[in-house]
Amino acid sequence: MVGEAFTHGESFIHRLDPRARLVVMVAFALVVALSTQPAVQVAALLVGLAVLAAARPDVRATLKRLAAVNSFMVMLIVLLPASTPGSPFFALGPLSFSREGLAKAAAIAARCNAIVFVFTGLVSTIELPTLGHAFRHLRVPDKLSHLFLLAVRYVDLLHREYARLRSSMKARGFKPRACLHTYRTFGYLVGMVLFRSFNRSERVFNAMRCRGFNGRFRVMSHFAAGRNDLYFGIISIAVLLALGYYELLY
Amino acid sequence: MTSDSPLISLRGIRFAYGREHTVFDALDFDLHEGERVGLTGSNGSGKSTLLQMIVGLLKPSAGEITAFGKLRRAERDFLEVRMRAGLLFQDPEDQLFCPTVADDVAFGPLNQGKPLAEVRNIVAETLAELSLQGYERRITCRLSGGEKRLVSLATVLAMKPDVLLLDEPFNDLDEESTERLILVLSRLPQAMVLVSHQRQFLNCLTTKTLHMRNGVLL
Repeated sequence: MVGEAFTHGESFIHRLDPRARLVVMVAFALVVALSTQPAVQVAALLVGLAVLAAARPDVRATLKRLAAVNSFMVMLIVLLPASTPGSPFFALGPLSFSREGLAKAAAIAARCNAIVFVFTGLVSTIELPTLGHAFRHLRVPDKLSHLFLLAVRYVDLLHREYARLRSSMKARGFKPRACLHTYRTFGYLVGMVLFRSFNRSERVFNAMRCRGFNGRFRVMSHFAAGRNDLYFGIISIAVLLALGYYELLY
Repeated sequence: MTSDSPLISLRGIRFAYGREHTVFDALDFDLHEGERVGLTGSNGSGKSTLLQMIVGLLKPSAGEITAFGKLRRAERDFLEVRMRAGLLFQDPEDQLFCPTVADDVAFGPLNQGKPLAEVRNIVAETLAELSLQGYERRITCRLSGGEKRLVSLATVLAMKPDVLLLDEPFNDLDEESTERLILVLSRLPQAMVLVSHQRQFLNCLTTKTLHMRNGVLL
């Protein structure tokens, strides 16, 4: 399923209560996003790495994600020093790159990566239906968590229809080129994906109605917080308090 | 002996897709307790449409549908019908939408308001009936065609319906899966409407066969 690249692991993190993971993730993101001290940001980055390592995620998927996030960071590292006034450390013709700009870009990159590490380790490892269920336990309004679950299901549906149509195109020798035939084909592809997915979603909805679906999702297995979750909670609180304390101290 | 009043009764049904394609004009149909009715007809003759109308997924433009002793008109009238008349969809992909087999089989009973412990028992029993023990944690979209069909049937049987409406259940099945399905269906006590365009299966499973042609059942 789409969005489940990290959920199939067997690490310590995977066995923790999803609700705890969600709450810690949000708290961590808040603390890190608001931090201004470089020491705190570096510490957050290391904590993030530790959490990510503990989740033992698939290396390729992780690298793909980090590459996507950091491609944006690279842009910042080039643009911010050029646009922020300050003492230059490098000059290229009329453009001067300032130290202050570089420090800003580095701070953003550190915070962003720290949050992505922790998100990937704690939240990306939760299976999507379980995530929706955790939302309900955390008192997220029903309508929102339903929207989330259904959106996930339908994105997956769209992706599968797309894959089906693409393989049908490939099987008949389609190669994308800069020509009208290609543009028209991609137009058909987009239209068909939407049309077929809509039809399929209608049929799935009918199947749900036939089995009495009335708007409420009931789940089979409820969460049971155990001792590991308690330790995780205590350690997380300690780490977050430490980060917050050092941030406020300076 | 079948009892007097039919479980499901359709009278004077008229239905059309859009303005040009009239499927039925004045269709009558009855299903009695213990009956197993086979329904044949060419593609597009309206067999699936008939099944969907019985559970209220499609509404006729004229005529009456009576199910389990009550006239069914509005959407909420059909909620009970859907619980008591289980519809097996033509494409198992449309029927299976939960991550694991256990989740999908449990979906119906959970919606019926049954407590979790009872639902778990129902799931185990239903899977055992279809020789699918051990399939609880399997991922539905990774099953083979025959397995999907049987799991799909399990999701319907888990609701303990009084009537089964089977839309081309033997489509895309290999010989072994077909034999297994025939065996399972022959052992079920429910009244059935079995749509298929393959007569050889209907002969061994049904008590009577109707042929749909030009919107009329012969």
